Amino acid sequence: MRIGVVTFPGSLDDSSALRAIRLAGGTPVPLFHASDDLKEVEAVVLPGGFSYGDYLRCGAISRFAPIMASIIVAAEHGFPVLGICNGFQILCESHLLPGALTRNQDLHFVCTDQALIVENTDTPWTNGYAKGDRIIVPIKNGEGSFQAGADTLKQLEDDGRIVLRYVDKNPNGSQHDIAGISNARGNVVGVMPHPEQAIELLTGPSEDGLTFFTSVLHTMVGR
Amino acid sequence: MATIIVEVMLKPEILDPQGQAVASALPRLGFTFAKSVRQGKRFEIIVDGEPTAAQLAEVENAAEKLLSNPVIETYVVRVEK
Repeated sequence: MRIGVVTFPGSLDDSSALRAIRLAGGTPVPLFHASDDLKEVEAVVLPGGFSYGDYLRCGAISRFAPIMASIIVAAEHGFPVLGICNGFQILCESHLLPGALTRNQDLHFVCTDQALIVENTDTPWTNGYAKGDRIIVPIKNGEGSFQAGADTLKQLEDDGRIVLRYVDKNPNGSQHDIAGISNARGNVVGVMPHPEQAIELLTGPSEDGLTFFTSVLHTMVGR
Repeated sequence: MATIIVEVMLKPEILDPQGQAVASALPRLGFTFAKSVRQGKRFEIIVDGEPTAAQLAEVENAAEKLLSNPVIETYVVRVEK
């Protein structure tokens, strides 16, 4: 099964995401921001990094890349999209996900292994987890504080759309300890932590992140 | 030639850690006047001649779509001569 990873100018974790897809058993397909061709992939990952130098706002300029026009249309028809870190910021700027990611509360760039609870397992990216699973996945960002209006937060909570929540400590001042959310349909998921950096013990703190990638493979095979 | 100014500020209810950091640095330098500080962005857009109503409407549109994020920010458009 073909899963695409978009490289924007300034993407950093695209090769890690491609590798995670391969280790999960999928066929990784590099996609390029300047083309609108999704190359017949069945799902797509927007990786971490600092696309366009984070100029203006994180993700604000990437949103208008030609590949995003194709992804936005596909996502509205149920195509699975995972945004990791900068990818999450791009999804918020694209209005595929609500809210925004702002400067961390203490202004520090936080790079640490973070404990998380998986809350929403009704998404193509998390259906391999059990509700309430505690996982350890790295976070590394300067603008990861999730902010949204009170009505949006209530809707996310009421609809069970909070995918990941920080536990033990809230590293950045995110409202409701939110580390990841989904859209109403569940096919679009954005997470600040980096599951692609927790896929094997040689290079990460755990193998807990690999389930994001095996989940989407199982979802597509089951269709 | 005129300059269209777009000022973008975080909404009052959104935490502004940069403004807070500036506010806490001021008294360390002996500046004790600030009760609080909020930090924003200013764009200077140069146009030929006097800006038309249509141009200003376009700038408003750009401010809404690109220069600000309406989820967390507000903007003001004005002309400087």
